[in-house]
Amino acid sequence: MKRLFLIEFDKLRTNRSSRILIGAYFILLTSIALIAAIKFDIGPIKFHLAEQGIFNFPYVWHFNAFIGAWFKIFLAVVIVSMTANEYSNKTLKQNLIDGLSKREFLHSKWVIIFAFAGISTLFIFVVSLILGLIYSNYTEVSVILKDFEYLLAYFVKHVAFFAFCLFLGTAIKRSAFALGFLGIWQMFEGFCYGILKWKSPSWLDADQVFRLFPLNAMSNLIPEPFTRLSAVRNLANQVEVDVFKNTNVQFWDIVIVLLWAYIFYFLTYRLLTRRDL
Amino acid sequence: MKTILNVTNLTKTFGRLTAVDALSFNINKGNVYGILGPNGSGKSTTLGMILNVVNPTSGAFSWFEGTENTHQALKRVGAIIERPNFYPYMTAAQNLRLVCRIKEVPKAKIEEKLALVDLLDRKNDTFKTFSLGMKQRLAIASALLNDPEILILDEPTNGLDPQGIAQVRDIIQKIATQGTTILLASHLLDEVEKVCSHVLVLQKGKQIYFGKVNELTKDHGYFELNATDMEALQSALDSLSFIENSALKGAFIIAHPNTTLSAAELSKALTAKGIIVTHLAQKHKSLEEQFLTLTQNQQA
Repeated sequence: MKRLFLIEFDKLRTNRSSRILIGAYFILLTSIALIAAIKFDIGPIKFHLAEQGIFNFPYVWHFNAFIGAWFKIFLAVVIVSMTANEYSNKTLKQNLIDGLSKREFLHSKWVIIFAFAGISTLFIFVVSLILGLIYSNYTEVSVILKDFEYLLAYFVKHVAFFAFCLFLGTAIKRSAFALGFLGIWQMFEGFCYGILKWKSPSWLDADQVFRLFPLNAMSNLIPEPFTRLSAVRNLANQVEVDVFKNTNVQFWDIVIVLLWAYIFYFLTYRLLTRRDL
Repeated sequence: MKTILNVTNLTKTFGRLTAVDALSFNINKGNVYGILGPNGSGKSTTLGMILNVVNPTSGAFSWFEGTENTHQALKRVGAIIERPNFYPYMTAAQNLRLVCRIKEVPKAKIEEKLALVDLLDRKNDTFKTFSLGMKQRLAIASALLNDPEILILDEPTNGLDPQGIAQVRDIIQKIATQGTTILLASHLLDEVEKVCSHVLVLQKGKQIYFGKVNELTKDHGYFELNATDMEALQSALDSLSFIENSALKGAFIIAHPNTTLSAAELSKALTAKGIIVTHLAQKHKSLEEQFLTLTQNQQA
């Protein structure tokens, strides 16, 4: 395990573009704190975003987990290219000849997936904790410890997304095409949803089917946090719009996403073992 | 003798093409083996299969008498196939360190092996700045990091300039004299002839010969002779029962024996007939000639 981590860590550490992307990612994650600096002071309208309750415990876990997940594309690029490059440099072949098994090769990538997801989750935890402690109206321990399932969902979401990227990198073998395919897949899911909504028979609930799609399942894990804000709710009440949808982490969404992560792991392994190099 | 690799009926098909057709051979410790065959005869595919990168269609192979699974066994093997494959953005030393991690061998040998292939002064330069010859030498250093029990080389001098070829050959010969088992695939016959004791000849994926190089064809060699009186020499030769035929070729008479015959025996027989030879040399067919004979026999 340590050996596999060090093998992959060496490959990343020595690669300049990987270093830059990983660095940029963590700087951007930290930049969530900059939201606190958003202030409008236009005559009678005084608005300070940090004072609107977005950093209140336990809401801050939800809010930051949602915002933080936007940046994961940076690490996705690293994962896709670290896999595709093994094919274009033919170093996968060399690794195998040197005595790495195909399973070990795959696991060395997965160790990095877990490391990325884990460190990112830890990062969000620390940034949220600090922001919360500065701006939250409630800092009782019992309140701080609530809603941790958003962090769990954040971790699972990242693992599954990176697993998808690893699979695409392996299957397509070219970073740019693999990333392009990721975009196309996103559109494909939207397209399918449209078709489902439009054409599905009455006994089939389009939303429930759509819930099974990988990228949608990942995005369902952490629902948008904005309608939970009291300011937004008050506004919605005034205009009589019903926005009180469920914004909790759903158990079944976690199961679906974990299942996808396993499917991607399995498919990647199958590709590696079946392909001749 | 300790068996390093055992191959039985190893076969690989790509669609309708049979690239490797039921190969069976043994590699024993201490010998130097050559795999010989024209381009596309299945050399690289065979090596790919025993090195865990090409899946065999059927048949089997086992390393070190089947005591270890393939990827564990490969940690005791050193191999260079086709082109050198390294991480272009890593330095020579970083690349070798990664290989040490994969093979689970101490990093202490990196400097030693870089010195062996004359790359020590370039160890902190990235791989992408290397010339092809340097890349190939780095690959050799990498393959030697674990002091392998067998070294596998696939066309190690392909694409190198004459100086690079000489350097790589020197290194291979140095390793061979240290008693390391070597398996060398090549289509360059003189390359194989210079270092190999055993040879596996492939043609269109089929094994047409496996054994010692000097037993490749049933051949007793031939003699090259010269004397002051050439006509007397030739008639004397023709009168000997163990000489099959003789013919004047250039400045020499070439005589083919029909049995195993030493130069001393021939000299003695000729002296008894009153012929004093001024030149007597026993020759064997070059590997190239033997190879051509063999492949032609196969086609006939």
